[in-house]
Order: sequence, then C-alpha cells, then structure tokens
Amino acid sequence: MKHTFILIALLVICSLCVFGCAQKDSDAVRIGVIAELTGDIPAVGASCKNAAELAVREINDNGGILLGGKKYPVELIIEDNAGKADQSASSAQKLITQQKVTAIVGPNASRYALPAAEIAESGKTVLITPWSTAPKATLNSKSNASKKYVFRACFIDPFQGGVIAKFTLDDLKLKKTAVLYDVASEYNKGIAEIFKEVYEKNGGTIVAFETYTTNDKDFSSQLTKIKKANPDIIFLPNYYSEVPLQIQQAKRLGISVPFIGSDSWGSEELLKLCGKDCEGYYFSTHYAADSASDETKKFIATYKAKYGTTPDDVAALTYDSFGLLAQAIKTAGKNDRQAVRDALAKIPLYNGVTGNMQFKEGSGDPIKSAVILQIKDGKFTWFANAKP
Amino acid sequence: MAYLFQQALNALQLGSIYALIALGYTMVYGILTMINFAHGDLFMVGAFFCFLLAVYLKLSFVPTLLVSMLGVACLGVVIERLAYKPLRAAPRVSAIITALGVGLFLENFTLALSPYPKHIPPLLTNTTWTIGSLSISSLQVLVIALSLVLMLLLDFVVQRTKAGMAMRAISWDKSIVPLMGVPINKIISFTFAIGTGLGGAAGVMYGLAYPVIDPYMGIMVGWKAFICAVVGGIGNVRGAMIGGFILGAVEILVAAFFPSTYRDFVAFTLLLVLLILRPYGILGKPQPQKV
Repeated sequence: MKHTFILIALLVICSLCVFGCAQKDSDAVRIGVIAELTGDIPAVGASCKNAAELAVREINDNGGILLGGKKYPVELIIEDNAGKADQSASSAQKLITQQKVTAIVGPNASRYALPAAEIAESGKTVLITPWSTAPKATLNSKSNASKKYVFRACFIDPFQGGVIAKFTLDDLKLKKTAVLYDVASEYNKGIAEIFKEVYEKNGGTIVAFETYTTNDKDFSSQLTKIKKANPDIIFLPNYYSEVPLQIQQAKRLGISVPFIGSDSWGSEELLKLCGKDCEGYYFSTHYAADSASDETKKFIATYKAKYGTTPDDVAALTYDSFGLLAQAIKTAGKNDRQAVRDALAKIPLYNGVTGNMQFKEGSGDPIKSAVILQIKDGKFTWFANAKP
Repeated sequence: MAYLFQQALNALQLGSIYALIALGYTMVYGILTMINFAHGDLFMVGAFFCFLLAVYLKLSFVPTLLVSMLGVACLGVVIERLAYKPLRAAPRVSAIITALGVGLFLENFTLALSPYPKHIPPLLTNTTWTIGSLSISSLQVLVIALSLVLMLLLDFVVQRTKAGMAMRAISWDKSIVPLMGVPINKIISFTFAIGTGLGGAAGVMYGLAYPVIDPYMGIMVGWKAFICAVVGGIGNVRGAMIGGFILGAVEILVAAFFPSTYRDFVAFTLLLVLLILRPYGILGKPQPQKV
C-alpha cells in the first residue's frame, strides 16, 4: 500500500514537471514537427528532423520572427510517429491541443500524412507536409474540395506520374512497361495508377501490373511473372528500403531490363542498400543537389557541414516548409493560427531551395517543377528537367 | 513449363524458410504446450547477428551461420530461464502474454540500437545459371539445400537420439516423465536451444536471400510461420515442415496465376478451408481431454 502511494506521488510529480515544462517559454512561436524517426522509413524522419532543426536555428540566430516590432524565437517540438498511421494522428492531436503549436510540419509519407492532415483540418491548425505527394492529403475527404489548413511543399502524384510516363515514352523511347507496387500504401498505389493511365493514353503498353503488401520481402513470384511478360523497363514507385530488394531479386531471376522510380527513391540510404545494383537507373524527384541555384548551394553546404551528408529531397522540402511558414507568420504579423493560414494561402511566389512555388486558388498544392535524376557512379546525378 | 518450374523453385525457397521458423514454434509447443510468440523476433535477431558478424568481424559464410545459430540458441535458452520458467505453473495465458512482451522487447531493443534498415553484404558469390528461360541462382539452391539438411538433422535428433526420446516423452506426459529420472529442465532448455537455433539459421538465410533487414522483419514472417505450424499440426515436427512448404507454395502460386493483389486473401482462405477440414492440422491428432 505504501509503495502504491509513493508510486502515485511520483507519477503526479513527473506529470506536473512535464506539464510545467511544456508551458514555459510562452513568448516563443511554437512549431510542431511529426517525423518518421523510427519504423520502416527512419531515414526520411531523420532528414526531416535535421532540416527542421537547421531551419529553426537559422531563424533564431537572426533573433527570431519579427511580429509587431518585436522578435520572437521559434520553439521546435518534435514528435516521432514511429511509422504508424494512428500515432501520426495522435501526435497531431497532441501538438494541437496540448502543446498549442502555431503550425505543424510533417508527417512525410502519404500514408501518415493523411490521418494527421484530417486532425489538423478539424483542429483548424496549419499543417505543411513536406513530402506527401498523394492528392488526397490536401483534399477534404467528404466534399473533395481543398482542405483549408493543409498545405504541402512538394508536387503531387498526378504530376509526377505523368512526368515519369512521358519521360519513359519520349526520352527513353520504351513502349512496354511492367509495374510492381505496394497496394497497401497510399503513395505507391496512387502513383502507379496515374502512371498507367498517362502511359497508356500516350501510346505505351503496360505488360504487367503487379502488387505486393507493405513489409513483404519476397517478390519472386511477381518478378517471375514480369519476366514472362517481357517488358522494356520496370517501374517501381516504392520506398527506398524496398527497391534494392526488388532490383536484386529481379537480377537473380535473370531480368536485365532497366528500372525507373519515383521520388521515394531519393534517399542516400538507397545507394547504401543497393550498392552497384541500382547503377544507371532513373527516378523523378523534387530537386537535384548537383545543379542547384546559389540559394540552394548555400543550404546544401550548411547542411553538409552540420550533418555530414548531402541533404536529400525530404531535407530540402522540410527546409522549404519552414521557409514558407516563417514568411507566412511574418506576413500575418501575429502568432495566430487563422491569420497564419490566411497569409500562407495568399503567399506570393516563394523562392525555395527546391525551386519556385506558389499556392493558388485556395489549393494547398504548390505549383512547381520536377527533375529526373540518374544514379551514376553511386551518386544521384541531374538528368533532365520537367516543368509543370 | 519453364515458368511453372521457376515458380516452383521460388516456392521451395520461401517454403523452406517458413518451415525452419515453424519448427521453433512447434517444438516449444510440443514440449511446453505454450506458443512462443517471441520466436519471430528471435528470427530477426538471427539476421542481425549475421549482419554484425559479416560487417564488423568480416567472417565468412560458415562461421557466420554457426555463430549466429549459437548466439540465438543461447538467447532462446536465457529467455526461457528468465521469462518462461517462473511461469510454468501459471495459467497458459500469462506465458503467452510474456512471450508477446519478450517479442516487443527484442524489437524495440534492436530499434533503440539503430532504426535504419541494414544491408547484409553478399557472403557468397552468387552465380545464376540459365537453362532456357529458367534462372537458378546458387543462393536459391543453397537456401533450399541447407534448410533440408537442417530439417533432416532435426528429424534424426528427435526420432533417433536419447535426448529426442526424452523430448517426445515430455510432450506426452509432463508429470510422470521426471519421475523416471529424465532431467526435465535440461531437456526443455535443449528444446529451446534447437528451436531458436533453427530460427537463427532461418534469419541468416533470409538475410542472404533478402539482404535488407529491419527490426520489424520478424513480425509478419513470424505470424506466417506460426500459421504453418498450426496448419501442419502444432506440436508435430514433420507437420511444421509440411506446413511451411504448403504456405510457401500457396503464396507463390496464387500470385503466379491470379492477380497478385489477391495473394494473401486467396492464400489464407485456402488455409482456413484446410483447417475446417482438418481442425488439428495435417499431421496433428486430436488430444483426448485428460481428467
């Protein structure tokens, strides 16, 4: 009995402390980050966290954000969604109601961004997802109109799927494609379907359209089927942790055609996991680190100095999300959720590290361009540009 | 024809890995009537041992396999002693919950060390032989052959040795056998060591065949292997092997001849039907309720 008392007393003290800590520094502009720090794509979460910390430090080194003649520092609150949809939603809930953040950045993968976006919309809090390209993330699930409070810093799947389809047909001149994608993941499924539609409309043939489910490691059956269909190229709109397995297994089954992918390939981890097996293949993504503007070069250099790696697309897009937010808060002139949302929706052309972007007609999807990268000598190299 | 043969090879490879893991479930169940839900995660630990040994100690294939098996077997024995033995007299549900807890502990412990997926370097040079449109890789042959050797070895131990006889006796009657002078604790430890050691071997082979590993890799594979053990008749060693090959074949062949989206749906419906027809599994026998 005595022990129970002590335990309860300790719990109360601890929770008071946590609560107390969360309440301090009320002068700061609080921005929440939801990142995939653990789970199936931890490299994405790590890039997001790194870039967020870098962006916030740069803002605070300049004294903070100027609001009504006084500079306010930015306070960053980072939540791990553990690579789970339900935890993404509860993290968003926690940031909005408990931590009282002004805005949220993240989650990155579409399957986690969707549930968090629903919570942000009902909680009337701005959420910018840096990397979620699924159209549904910024659309109201009932009316299919644009969500009011959800924005993103990247292009959307219909655009990307179209870019890859046209690149395969017009630049690579390959007319028969096989697709293998994760049917249980929002992003992979969306992009595969749009690719198919655009590719077939422009005169290509999809010879095999095969699926698997998240966490599968054996693709031998589907790949054997694809081999039988005899494609010119194989499209893998899957995450960086799965693509190396798929390519290696394909090679073991004697498949020798090239592969093409989407922005989910763009992590340095892909190069580590894939080794030489991915050499020469293409994928579409948000920016090319090797053909960048001066502004972007500066970001790449600072990031590299701090973390020792070239920032991937998630890092660059997270950095841009913070840039967009900072500008919107400054324009709003006050630390108020509604005012920040209105300022963000009306932002004039923003010049970010991943290119120019602009929100139009109340939509949370920016208008911006894409690039095609090639994996060459174990590095991501710029290959072509694609305008919106 | 070559297509069918290729798919059959794929099925054999997947099936032999399922079978190796299913053996661990079935052996522990046979001797303790307890389902060791941490087994899938011990399989994951096996793959991580393989990664550590291959990358940091630069061991070649055979020592990597043996040390990983030994490491996982020791871990299995320690887990049994610390987590399951104190609960041997407790209700069975407590032991199952403990097993789930141990599994979560192993996952999150590995996760805490590093959440990144790891790449296992190729320990063996892989050659692919092409016969017509059929491709056979040396890795595929190795996985299948090694699994078969391990299973035959196990079958020999269980059926032909004294320790194997003691194991079978304990699974028959736990209260009388110790009175005959059989050291029950030693035999249980031995069973755990073999069962989890095989899981460790499966982890190494899985890591070679699918060289990207992560802390959660054991969950789904573990569940599937558990299903194999049940389909084969849980508690029956040969049943687990058959169950493994059946699930491997069903998964591969369904995806080969139907749209792959239907794979899990069709595969598990088939297994459910099988269980309705034979509720105790293929080789399982109904156990009379003892009073």
